[in-house]
Amino acid sequence: MTQIDRISGGLIDRNTPMEFFFNGKLLQGFKGDTLASALLANGVRLMGRSFKYHRPRGVLTSGSEEPNALVELGRNAYKEPNTRATVVELFNKLEANSQNHRGPLNFDLMAVSDLFLSPFIGAGFYYKTFMWPASFWEKLYEPIIRMSAGLGSLSKLEDPDHYDKGFLHCDILIIGAGPTGILSALVAAKAGAKVILADEDFLMGGRLNSENLEIDGLPGFVWAQQTLEQLSNMKNVKVLNRTTVYGAYDHGIFGALESCTDHLRESGSKPRQILWKIYSKKSILTAGAVERPLAFGNNDRPGVMMAGAVRAYVNRWGVLPGKRTAVFTNNDDGWATARTLTDKGFEVTAVIDSRNCKPIENIPGASIIMGGSIVDTSGRKRIKNIKLKNGQIIPCDCLAISGGWSPNVHLTCHQRGRPNWNSDLNAFMPGEHLPQNMSVAGAVNGSFSLSGALSEGLKVTNNVIDSLGLKKPKIKKLQASDEAYSSSAFWYVKESVKRGWVDFQNDVTVKDIKQSYAEGFRSVEHMKRYTTMGMATDQGKTSNILGLAIMSECTGKPIQETGTTIFRPPYTPIPLGALAGRSRGKNFRPYRLTPSHEWSEEQGAIFVEVGNWLRAQWYPKSGEKSWRESVDREVLATRNSVGICDVTTLGKIDIQGSDAADFLNIVYANAFGKLSVGKVRYGLMLREDGIAYDDGTTARFGENHFIMTTTTANAVLVFRRLEFVRQCLCPDMDVHIISTTDAWAQFAVAGPNSRKLLEKIVDKAFGISNEDFPFMACAEITVCNGTPARLFRISFSGELAYELAVPARYGDSLIRALMNAGEEFNVTPYGTEALGVMRIEKGHAAGNELNGQTTALNLGLEKMISQKKDSIGKVLAQRPEMNKDDEIKLVGFRPVNQGDRLVAGAHFLEKGVEEILENDLGWMSSVCYSPILNDYIGIGFIKNGNKRMGEIVHAYDKMRNNSVDVKICSAHFVDPEGDRVRG
Amino acid sequence: MRINCPLCGERDLVEFHYEGSSKLMARPKDENDMDAFHDYLHIRSNPAGLNNELWSHEYGCRAWLLICRDTNTHKILSIDLARDVKTKGSLD
Repeated sequence: MTQIDRISGGLIDRNTPMEFFFNGKLLQGFKGDTLASALLANGVRLMGRSFKYHRPRGVLTSGSEEPNALVELGRNAYKEPNTRATVVELFNKLEANSQNHRGPLNFDLMAVSDLFLSPFIGAGFYYKTFMWPASFWEKLYEPIIRMSAGLGSLSKLEDPDHYDKGFLHCDILIIGAGPTGILSALVAAKAGAKVILADEDFLMGGRLNSENLEIDGLPGFVWAQQTLEQLSNMKNVKVLNRTTVYGAYDHGIFGALESCTDHLRESGSKPRQILWKIYSKKSILTAGAVERPLAFGNNDRPGVMMAGAVRAYVNRWGVLPGKRTAVFTNNDDGWATARTLTDKGFEVTAVIDSRNCKPIENIPGASIIMGGSIVDTSGRKRIKNIKLKNGQIIPCDCLAISGGWSPNVHLTCHQRGRPNWNSDLNAFMPGEHLPQNMSVAGAVNGSFSLSGALSEGLKVTNNVIDSLGLKKPKIKKLQASDEAYSSSAFWYVKESVKRGWVDFQNDVTVKDIKQSYAEGFRSVEHMKRYTTMGMATDQGKTSNILGLAIMSECTGKPIQETGTTIFRPPYTPIPLGALAGRSRGKNFRPYRLTPSHEWSEEQGAIFVEVGNWLRAQWYPKSGEKSWRESVDREVLATRNSVGICDVTTLGKIDIQGSDAADFLNIVYANAFGKLSVGKVRYGLMLREDGIAYDDGTTARFGENHFIMTTTTANAVLVFRRLEFVRQCLCPDMDVHIISTTDAWAQFAVAGPNSRKLLEKIVDKAFGISNEDFPFMACAEITVCNGTPARLFRISFSGELAYELAVPARYGDSLIRALMNAGEEFNVTPYGTEALGVMRIEKGHAAGNELNGQTTALNLGLEKMISQKKDSIGKVLAQRPEMNKDDEIKLVGFRPVNQGDRLVAGAHFLEKGVEEILENDLGWMSSVCYSPILNDYIGIGFIKNGNKRMGEIVHAYDKMRNNSVDVKICSAHFVDPEGDRVRG
Repeated sequence: MRINCPLCGERDLVEFHYEGSSKLMARPKDENDMDAFHDYLHIRSNPAGLNNELWSHEYGCRAWLLICRDTNTHKILSIDLARDVKTKGSLD
């Protein structure tokens, strides 16, 4: 197929032809084409079906505001639905398919909805039609709607592309590279400012590429390319084409999406898109304007196109949208389209201007109808005729319409600014409250003529340069045409009987807006939601003003009072993949690995995520059939001989300074002032409201030097709190803190043979006998012939136990050395499960008990709160409500019938009472199977628990259908006297 | 948002932790005044306008900052090191 509608001229590269597929058919275009221009060149006018009524639609615009020509690109995992053909840069072998039709595009089976359903699916149909019966929704209505209405479809496959994020800094960000933006960038760059110039188009130049305008005697696009070339060679300028600045955020921050490989057949290894965060000192918005349509009967037929878009296709892409074009306009701009066509020798059948004035100019061969309007059109898949209100019928195969231009105020409103209505230009202009440090210039500010836009751009940029303290460069005034622009407040043809479209993408008509008014949905925000106007993927770029104007007419209020709906980012759709960037899959939340991770992997450990860390959960041995088997073995091996567990993940905070002890007294409920050097103490932290917060041990290595440990999960939060206390509550204290969690690899070595094992590792100069190094001792030592280390005699397992820390880089070597040294004792590595079993056997509280609901009193630790000093949480822990006589207490539980399984989360009830909240006595917080006791055990909170030893209650869990009788006992199941830890 | 840390210079919002009202710095001294502790901990104004609040430059220098911010516009009117303000005693 030849390119039947390709004409001469244009900014395409005819030496680089390209092949592409549309609905499987092979077509040709050129480098520089968009998919839309290439389709037009091939004579394709019908490009899609509308959202609700499945009406045939062609391309309406030539830019990112396109509502109609949405296509699916690519195939399989690369499929990209709802892509605007007007911004898709053509590449060789591109595959595009039209969407939202059943059967072929030419004969859409769902098009019946236009004929038979349209009376029923107007504005508000969701709310009215499907009110009842409710059961019909899921089975009947929704499937029908889903099938009939909609856009493209997702591949439902994982996106194979990858995306990047980046950060850019500049003095001045210039948004939009039309004539104003390019000049502004040149001026700012010559002043020495660091400039970023961004534009969504692949070919910068804005309307200069689409119009026959001259700057300084050069064709506009030539001036643009020469100036851009100059800018690209300046070190202080970054020119970003294919980059949409989609959002204006606080303090001069902008979001921008750069398309890197969308225009290439193969992305190679490059990211498909980059999401930029741009930090600017100043910004200049030179985003131009978009043309809006007029509403009249059947104004949505393929072949109906914006007047400015017709010029763009002719001038920029060398494509003739119609052999016989009619123009319908309410402003001077429509005439420019007629002139462009006749200058090139193409036929214009009529120019219909809604205004009652003298014809703007002579258009050879065209009927000129002033004060005229179109009431209807005909031609199902391409416009054939237009019918004027006087009944006259004029043939055409393209209808260029212009309802005037709307400045692209979108970004000016992202910080809650509202645009102002300008009744001379009949357009919303940027309001007073612009995003911080933003200026506007050019068409976006209502300067619609080229010379007006350029001189405003120069003025505004000079002001911005001034405000940055830079010197204005000498720029000679550019000569450019000062074409007239006058518009009129004409929005739709009242005489039209047939439906006139306002929002093409969401199928909203003039009638729908009037219906919205009639049914009381009159504020713009209500009207938007009732009719769905402006809620499609184009966000109403072409339609909103028209809709507001019609509502304004209904209410009799001026448009300024009618207002606009709120503009929000993004300006154009952003793929979710770009927002996610590289934070997907396993990179969504990176893991931290312990120093023994590699060694644990070699042992075949099963890992569990704990506060971003991966910790070994258990170490299965061959032949073990269940996790329980492994865990039981690890517990017994530790209690009978010796076990090793990586406890690096616990938070470690180094605290130094002459006031370090006083500082600890503030953050811990218990006292630390009298802790001897070389000793460790268990510490309890409260929240200021008296609830238990975190616990751990703190070791005193010197008069002014402490090492605190926190729970794994709270490591960051506790450190933050310590900094808060240090800087905001006690700035006069001499104390400094630093987190050393990652700096030390730490291993618990627990069990009756732990000392014997360590004696083989610890250098001889350091004695660790029970006399030299008793329970709760700590020391700085060396191991393995001189490796610096810290040794703590602390025990979470209840056994004779130590924790040994070495600088993190020695962690891997240390676990191997410990395992070698322990071979004679059958040393056994244990994971977090065995750790959990052993701490429950000892009744030690952990995260399940310190759950943000429990107090020191509940935990049986109330005596730890020192009354001799101030500490966080001390005062409010004394609240009467938290100190009632029947407070819940942490105690132990054993099943009455040996072997009954216990579950955490079960609630306690007196035996035989009704299972209701009023009878609730507390809950089981942690359970395990104890291989020492050969039975399930649990710890939990129950009212008056400490006074009810030996009593039997019911542990009730309806959810898991696990309700058993349990006997209350001490939480210290193993070695209640604590002899082992001191042995 | 961008916050001009007095120690590090202008940095992006993502480097900072927001804690809440600067009232948190004015911890009551009288251990018997439970009501004062109650107010300190729980009672907050929710101004549409200027708000004195605590931020921490957690992914930077870890300085706690006292920031006066307009909650309507996110405009930042002043930034001080919390410890400087506390040392001067202007909060108590």
